[in-house]
Amino acid sequence: MNHFLNMVKKEVKELLTPATLVPIIVMAFLFATMGNMIGGAMEEAKEKPVIGIIDADESNLSFIVKNVSYEMGKVVYNGSDKNNIEEGLQILKEKKGTALLFIPENFSSAISQGMPGIIHIYWIMRGAGIMDGISSSAVEGIMYTINQKISEELIKGKNASFVLSPLKREETTIFKGREMEGISPNTIGQMLSSQSTTVPIIMMIIIIMAGGMVISSMGMEKENKTLETLLTLPVKRSSIVAGKIVGSAIVGLLMALVYMVGFSYYLQSFQQSSQINLADYGLTLSIADYILIGISLFLALFAALSLCMVLGTFAKNYKSAQTLTVPVSILAIIPMFMIMFKDFDTLPLMLKIVLFAIPFSHPMMAMRSLLFGNYILVIGGILYVAIFAFAMVMIAVWIFNTDKLLTGRISSRKR
Amino acid sequence: MPAVVVSDLIKDYGKVRAVDGISFNVNEGEIFGLIGPNGAGKTTVLRIISTILTPTQGSVKIFGHDVGKEANEVRKLISYLPEDAGAYKNLTGREYLSFIANFFGGDKEIVKRGIEIADLGERIDDKVETYSKGMTRRLLVARALMISPKLAILDEPTSGLDVINAHEIRDIIKKTVREGTTILLSSHNMLEVEFLCHRIALMNEGKIVEEGSPEELKEKYDAKNVEEVFTEVVQ
Repeated sequence: MNHFLNMVKKEVKELLTPATLVPIIVMAFLFATMGNMIGGAMEEAKEKPVIGIIDADESNLSFIVKNVSYEMGKVVYNGSDKNNIEEGLQILKEKKGTALLFIPENFSSAISQGMPGIIHIYWIMRGAGIMDGISSSAVEGIMYTINQKISEELIKGKNASFVLSPLKREETTIFKGREMEGISPNTIGQMLSSQSTTVPIIMMIIIIMAGGMVISSMGMEKENKTLETLLTLPVKRSSIVAGKIVGSAIVGLLMALVYMVGFSYYLQSFQQSSQINLADYGLTLSIADYILIGISLFLALFAALSLCMVLGTFAKNYKSAQTLTVPVSILAIIPMFMIMFKDFDTLPLMLKIVLFAIPFSHPMMAMRSLLFGNYILVIGGILYVAIFAFAMVMIAVWIFNTDKLLTGRISSRKR
Repeated sequence: MPAVVVSDLIKDYGKVRAVDGISFNVNEGEIFGLIGPNGAGKTTVLRIISTILTPTQGSVKIFGHDVGKEANEVRKLISYLPEDAGAYKNLTGREYLSFIANFFGGDKEIVKRGIEIADLGERIDDKVETYSKGMTRRLLVARALMISPKLAILDEPTSGLDVINAHEIRDIIKKTVREGTTILLSSHNMLEVEFLCHRIALMNEGKIVEEGSPEELKEKYDAKNVEEVFTEVVQ
C-alpha cells in the first residue's frame, strides 16, 4: 500500500472513535432540538393570538375594536358584561389564550368628549423567556391597528387614510457603483448578510473541528509514544505530514458534517424567506464565480490544517493539544465577526491588512466580493492563501526533519 | 563491512553534552550492548543511529550509509524499539502490525511472522488499549523484528517486564540473530547484557569507558560479572 494512504488509513482509524464522535452527535442533537423549539415559537408568532373580548360599551367605536380583534386574533371568548371577566379569564387559561380585552361602558362617550378611551388588557403570562413574549407582541399589533382604525373613524370624511399617511417614499440606493431602485441600504445589508453569513459559519466550524483533529493527532503521537517509531520508518516526512493532514481532515470534516446537520436545523429556525430577489438587481454568481469560491474554500481549509500541523508539533500530549486549538479558533472567529459587521472596503487600513492576512477570511469574503465583481480581492486572496498553505507545509516538513519533535530544540541537518 | 561505525560522536542539548566523542563498531551478525546507568547517553546514541536525532559532531554509518546524508536508505535497513514506546491504542494488534508492514512492502508473511513473535493468541485482534504492559511490549518487539531488519536497535528491550516475559523476549532476540539480524541494544540490566551480548561498551557520563566481550572484560578486571566490571571501571 502507498505510504501516504497507509498513513491516512491509520489516522482515520486512530481518530474516529466513539469517544470523539459521541460528544459531536450529542451537540448536533442539542442544536437540532433547540432549532425545533425556536422554529415552533416562530410558527406560533405567525398564528393569530388567542384572545377574549368583553364589550360592555356596545357602541360604534367598540364595534371597530371587536371587528379588528376578530380579524387579527382568534377570539375564543366574547362577553358583554364586567362580571364576565372571571369567566373569560378562566376560558382563556384553558385554551392557552394570551389576553382578554375589556371595553368598559364609557369607552365611546369618553372618546367623543375628547378623552382617551380605555381598553383594559388582562394579560395571561406563561413564561418570562424571549419566545414566551411572542404572542403578546401579536396582541400589541392588534392594539396598534385598533388605534389606527378609531383614528380613521374620528376623522371620517376628511380623506382619513391620507391624513394618517401623507408621505410616500421612493428610494434608489447607490452601492459599489450600482444603482438599485426601490430598495434601502438596510434592506440590502440584511439581504447580503443572510447570503454571506452561511459560508463564514461553515468555514469556522470546519476549521475548528478539522484543525483540532490535526493538532490532537500530533498530541496523541507524543502521549502514546508512537512518534519515535514512526520517524524511523522508511517513509518520507512529506508523506507523514500529508497523511496526517488528510487523515485528520477526513475525520474532522465528518464530524463537522454531523455538527452542521444539527446546526442547520438551528439556523433554519431564524431564517425568514426573503421577498427580494438578488438577481433582480444584477447580483448573481456565475459558475466561474462558484468555482473561485470553491478554490478559495479548499485552499483556506488546507492552509488551516497545515497551520494546525505546525502548531501540533508543539503539543506535548493530548491535553496540551486541546489548548493549542484556541489560537486557530480565534483566527477563524475574528474574520467571521469582522465580515458580519463591516464590509472589507469600509474597514480602516490596519484592519484591512489584518483581515487579508488571516487566510480563513478569504472564502468568507469571496461571495460578497464576487457579487460586486471584485475579482482582484478574490484572486489575490487565493494566491495569498496558496502561498501561506505551501509555506506552512514546508515548515511542518522542516520541523519533522529536526530534533524539535523529540527534544523541543531545533537542530537540523540536511537529509 | 561493519554493520555500524560510530566515529567521534558528540551530541549537545544546549549547554549539556549528552554524548562526548564516542567511537565504536558493531560487526554484522553480533549482539552489541551499550550498558550504563540512567543518563549515561545510551538512548541518545541509539536515537542518532536510528536517524531521529542529528549529531552535533562526528559521523555514524550503517552498512556504509551515513545516517545524516542518507537517512532514508538507513531507515530501510533498521528497526528501532524505543524504551518507552507505545502502539496506536485504537488499532488492534494485527492492524498495528499491518500498518508497519505496509511501509516494508505490505507482505502478508511479515504480518504472519509478527503475530508469531508477539504470540498473543486471540488477543491479537483486540485493541491495543486493552493490552497489559507485557503484551504491549511483546507486540512492539514483534513489530521491530518481524521485518527481519539488517540492524535492530533495541533500547531496554525487556524494560518493565516480568521474569517470564523478559526471558521469552531474550530468546526471541537470540533467535533473530541466528536468522541474520545484527542487534544493537542498550540496557542498565548488566546481567541481561552479559547473557545476551557478544560484545559490550560501558558508557558513563556520555563517554565509552570500556569495550570488549563480557569474558574479556571480566578477565581484565578479575570480576565475577559485568556489574563488577562496571563498578570497577567507573570508580
